[in-house]
Amino acid sequence: MIRTEHLTHLYSAGTPFEKAAIQDVNLEIQEGELVGVIGHTGSGKSTLIQHLNGLLKPDSGKIYVDGQDIWESAETLRNTRFQVGLVFQYPEYQLFEESVYKDIAFGPANLGLSPEEVKEAVRRAAECVGISESLFEKSPFELSGGQKRRVAIAGVIAMRPKVLILDEPTAGLDPKGRDTILELIRSYHQQERNTVLLVSHSMEDIARYSTRILVMNQSRVFAYGDVDSVFSKAEEIERIGLSIPQVTRVFTELARRGYPVQPNIYSVEAARAELLRLMRGGDASC
Amino acid sequence: MLKDISLGQFFPGKSPLHRMDPRVKILLTMAFIVVLFIVRSLPSFLLIIVFLAVIIGISGISFRVVLKGVKPVLPLVLFTAVLNMFFITGTPLWQWWILTITREGVQLAVLMSIRIVCLIAGASMLTYTTSPIALTDAIERLLKPLKAVRFPVHEMAMMMTIALRFIPTLIEETDKIMSAQKARGADMESGGLMKRAKALIPILIPLFVSAFRRAEELALAMECRCYQGGEGRTRMKQLRLSRLDGTASAVSAAVFAAAMVLNIVLPPLF
Repeated sequence: MIRTEHLTHLYSAGTPFEKAAIQDVNLEIQEGELVGVIGHTGSGKSTLIQHLNGLLKPDSGKIYVDGQDIWESAETLRNTRFQVGLVFQYPEYQLFEESVYKDIAFGPANLGLSPEEVKEAVRRAAECVGISESLFEKSPFELSGGQKRRVAIAGVIAMRPKVLILDEPTAGLDPKGRDTILELIRSYHQQERNTVLLVSHSMEDIARYSTRILVMNQSRVFAYGDVDSVFSKAEEIERIGLSIPQVTRVFTELARRGYPVQPNIYSVEAARAELLRLMRGGDASC
Repeated sequence: MLKDISLGQFFPGKSPLHRMDPRVKILLTMAFIVVLFIVRSLPSFLLIIVFLAVIIGISGISFRVVLKGVKPVLPLVLFTAVLNMFFITGTPLWQWWILTITREGVQLAVLMSIRIVCLIAGASMLTYTTSPIALTDAIERLLKPLKAVRFPVHEMAMMMTIALRFIPTLIEETDKIMSAQKARGADMESGGLMKRAKALIPILIPLFVSAFRRAEELALAMECRCYQGGEGRTRMKQLRLSRLDGTASAVSAAVFAAAMVLNIVLPPLF
């Protein structure tokens, strides 16, 4: 679906301040995956995802979407913008229309859809993020913070992209708002069966929702693989200063001390199931 | 990208020029501009150009940077030069159809060109070597006498400081909003004038909204720290005149005086 080859991007190229934002990134993202992207501030996450829909031009290397080099022509680039939907950090700051409906319709209208198609796209996207039609005629600036963010996400989903990339969609939200957003991303992913990239600072969230994890460190890919294979490098991940989920740590430690538990537990739900299994198994000495 | 625009154009450094009192720098720059517009003889200009070159040398800022700063006004220089050349009456040098180039015109064109280039280069040395904060500080001190006529000097200086402080922030913000709208398929590169103007709406509205939000937050934060204007306010960094400022003023005064004297004793350029 998405493939990058030796992707490198430099900031302030040609000046004494030259700094590589990403270096030699080789990735392959399959269709239908939910990839969690994690890394420190400045590790190159945001730069990387802005390359995937052609907002930034790589200094060297290539990006293929569906086998098509996105920088081949102006047309392929424009197509990529629609195929790969990107939701920026604090997306509510990009709302500008006079009504919620018009704002969500901005993307699909730019796609050149007919008014009926636009209407249908807006309706579906709003339903997807749980914005009821009664809000359509309201000004987006009247909504609550969480609603604004969902409207902004709907604005990207409405373009029906094959790949949806979200840059820290939960930043600045309260725990309830965070769960709402993450759940809607999960259900969107399950319904549409398309590719989703989720950038987050929370290893807990990433571990819970992703099928694959990409760890960035100092502008390079540190680890990329399915959840088990990435967390099997738990020690190295902790050495670069990223945490692994707390419950995973508990279970790794339990396993190390000789309790018959699986060490690959990444969410509280899985932990509960595992503990119950253990207790029913009779040999629960803990 | 917008980020590449160097606005405010302050180059931090430790040269004597950087260490000078910003008030002195402002006054000397003003004197420099006045002298520049009084003198008309070639030797005076040569002296001023040498003086400017020495200043640039001392500041440690490369000539390339200064030239780059002058570049944007070159069309203006060219425009005035052409106007001067054709529209000044005097002894004709060259004639074709209704166009006449006069001796006086050429002289004035050369004179004005040198003046404008020196003016920009000289004035930019002030902003290159003085941080915006120091600059507004100095302006506040220099305008202090206006307080007598109830002019809100401190408030104006604070407004300038805040405006300068937020230029990079707003540029960054614009960049972000542009990217976000491009990701939604906004097309800002094609179409006629009307279409392009319309394409700015999705950028300007969020930008205004965020500017107001920031202003509100800043006002609140300032009030939380008991900001109440200039009344009874003391400064952490006091501006003090040093020996360096004395030397710089003396040298500059000497050069300016020499330029004026040369201007009087030698025949003017025209």
